Amino acid sequence: MKNQIIAVLGLGLVSILLVQCKGGVKEDLPQVDFEAIEKSQPEVHGTLIKDEDITLGNPLNEEWVKGGENIYNLKCLACHKLTEEKLVGPGWKGLTKTRKPAWIMNMITNVETMLESDEEAQKLLEQCLVRMPNQNVSKEEARQILEFMRKNDGEM
Amino acid sequence: MPWGMVGGAMLVSLLFSIQACKPKGVQSAVSGDSAVKAYVPPGKYDEFYNFVSGGFSGQMSVYGLPSGRLFRVIPVFSVDPEKGWGYAEETKPMLNTSHGFVPWDDLHHPALSVTDGIHDGRWAFGNANNTPRIARIDLKTFRTAEIIEIPNSGGNHSSPFITENTEYVVAGTRFSVPMGDKVDVPIKTYKENFRGTVSFISVDQTSGEMKIAFQILLPGINFDLSRAGKGKSHGWFFFSCYNSERANTLLEVNASQKDKDFIMAVNWKKAEEYVKAGKGVKKNVKYAHNVYDEEKHIATSKMENEVIMLDPKDCPDMVYFMPCPKSPHGCDTDPSGEYIVGSGKLAALIPVFSFTKIQEAIASKNFEGDYEGIPVLKYDAVLHGEVKKPGLGPLHTEFDANGFAYTSFFVSSEIVKWRVSDLQVVDRVPTYYSIGHLCVPGGPTKKPWGKYVIAYNKITKDRYLPTGPELTQSAQLYSIDGDKMQLLLDFPTIGEPHYAEAIPAEMIMKNSKKIYKLEENKNPHAALGEKEARVERKGNEVHVYMTSIRSHFVPDNIEGVKVGDQVYFHVTNLEQDWDVPHGFAVKGANNAELLIMPGETQTLLWKPDRVGVFPMYCTDFCSALHQEMQGYVRVSPAGANVPLTFSTGDQQ
Repeated sequence: MKNQIIAVLGLGLVSILLVQCKGGVKEDLPQVDFEAIEKSQPEVHGTLIKDEDITLGNPLNEEWVKGGENIYNLKCLACHKLTEEKLVGPGWKGLTKTRKPAWIMNMITNVETMLESDEEAQKLLEQCLVRMPNQNVSKEEARQILEFMRKNDGEM
Repeated sequence: MPWGMVGGAMLVSLLFSIQACKPKGVQSAVSGDSAVKAYVPPGKYDEFYNFVSGGFSGQMSVYGLPSGRLFRVIPVFSVDPEKGWGYAEETKPMLNTSHGFVPWDDLHHPALSVTDGIHDGRWAFGNANNTPRIARIDLKTFRTAEIIEIPNSGGNHSSPFITENTEYVVAGTRFSVPMGDKVDVPIKTYKENFRGTVSFISVDQTSGEMKIAFQILLPGINFDLSRAGKGKSHGWFFFSCYNSERANTLLEVNASQKDKDFIMAVNWKKAEEYVKAGKGVKKNVKYAHNVYDEEKHIATSKMENEVIMLDPKDCPDMVYFMPCPKSPHGCDTDPSGEYIVGSGKLAALIPVFSFTKIQEAIASKNFEGDYEGIPVLKYDAVLHGEVKKPGLGPLHTEFDANGFAYTSFFVSSEIVKWRVSDLQVVDRVPTYYSIGHLCVPGGPTKKPWGKYVIAYNKITKDRYLPTGPELTQSAQLYSIDGDKMQLLLDFPTIGEPHYAEAIPAEMIMKNSKKIYKLEENKNPHAALGEKEARVERKGNEVHVYMTSIRSHFVPDNIEGVKVGDQVYFHVTNLEQDWDVPHGFAVKGANNAELLIMPGETQTLLWKPDRVGVFPMYCTDFCSALHQEMQGYVRVSPAGANVPLTFSTGDQQ
């Protein structure tokens, strides 16, 4: 009797140690690649943009300037003024003179990564206390915004 | 039972402090590895989504399996002030019916869309039992995308079960009713004047849009549940029927007189041919068809006025009855499509019908007679066999991929596992208490995913901490990986859980929508960017085109509103990041809040009833400065000449 109980308990404990969470999944059950799905959850703009990926030219690409302005009105204006004044985030005046183009585009498209790894980005968060949101802007759109910022800073 | 086993079981229970009630037998004890099997560590995902009917809550709930964690309650047939469902101007039309706005219903059965009889993860359907309707939920957004009302129906219970490629969802009348021109009749003329219908609602394979393709006029009996044929029986649909006595009062007694009622077999491919051949009769009816436009974020409700009715009298070889013992409830087809399991609520056996034999009996006209003109096949001629003495009060059956069936028994409160081929019972487990429906992931499809069976119970009694007279509803999760079913977990549910389906997480989560793109927002009241934010007056209507982003509204100071005005707040959430909704509420509003997803526009109507300054604020914590996300509306007397102005900060 006593042995029986010990056996039952022992079996239970062994099971706890041995049974894996995903044990016994049927073969035809679609295998969930949880890691891949987790990675696809936040931003999907690819890897960080490097300075050498961007070519700046003059005169400005006026089509991009216009496109950038439209995106600004829709997705950026709520927090960023075109002057130096800080609203929710910093004003844009002079930004292209103090920040590198890749840094600006990464803040737009890869803000999560920047807030994790970039000291300047982290300093800004301490000042503004509102995380720069991911506004679902593509790399190409970010390039247009950059062109609009250059125009805002007086480039021709 | 040997005392040693009972002692062992009880000691295990005690030591693990899990089991509160007295176990009936050794299998009711929770064994040691249950916790591990149902445990999903923090930050990890469940294997399955479990779509569970919310019963009299009118909604559909979404749980994870095996954890039993509740993820979402999808508002379907009942208003939901938390989400503004049925309160926002955009969603009000979803609850429109031929009776006007109906804020509540009773959702019993989810049905997940299938392709070739296998889950495809596109849509979930649900039935409204009280004011007959079917809803379609888009599984990309987990929102109700469409609701169609069913005319000529009372009590839409045998619904919304679906055909092998989601060609049709069905709706069968639980209550037969008088229909057509003669509806003001004495109730006791039931037998002459009351009729039932089953409706076949076609589903557009691209848009998912539903349309009532045809209805079949039937004798005034009660249609209870149904399942489509699949594989070899694709093209047929089976409905359980009770009250073949056609009683109109005290059905508890009067509808339980006959030894056998029916399972009805409908050849819907044949019905399609009859519709094409013009055998249907157009009937004047009135029913609402409501569709939510995903780009405009607006629902529209259209009143339809015609259905095509097929009468079996004009359409031979379309409908047959099979006798089935004692008020059949569940009516379930196995993964091969060969076997149809009927479950008489009051029976002590489970009849299993053979599709092959049904076809043979029809070919050889092996009828025992007819019922109201519809041929009745001979019971013995169509029977594969009976599961003998399985338990008391069989209700529903689900299947695994290994040839086993799992039947719920309400009266004896247990799940019984039996082999479909030789009808032998192989295992049984008690449920706590009084199980209704049950669910094996993929259980009604051609390809059951297996792993678990979940019991949806009618009574919880002593299973949870008491909460006064009204107790939580509950489900219980069992592992079916081994030969013996094993109880893993109890979890509470919302409303009353009736049917449920479960589908591998991967099939849904990869398609899950994260945001509404601002570029695709076609809501005519959207303010796409703060530059478009404004306030406009049209007579006594004031339209506020407002934007929200972490963490301010534009505008957030509004003056010039007067008592008697109707103020429409059209709020556009300018965020484009996942999981950043904003809320909106204004003091004294007689409806609800808005909960606006990123990129979405929703509208709240506010009728200020007094003079004053009224606060408004964001209700969904959005950032460190969420508590700053607020504003004021000044309301002046009706005849005041305060000009209409609006601003945020120094911007006018």
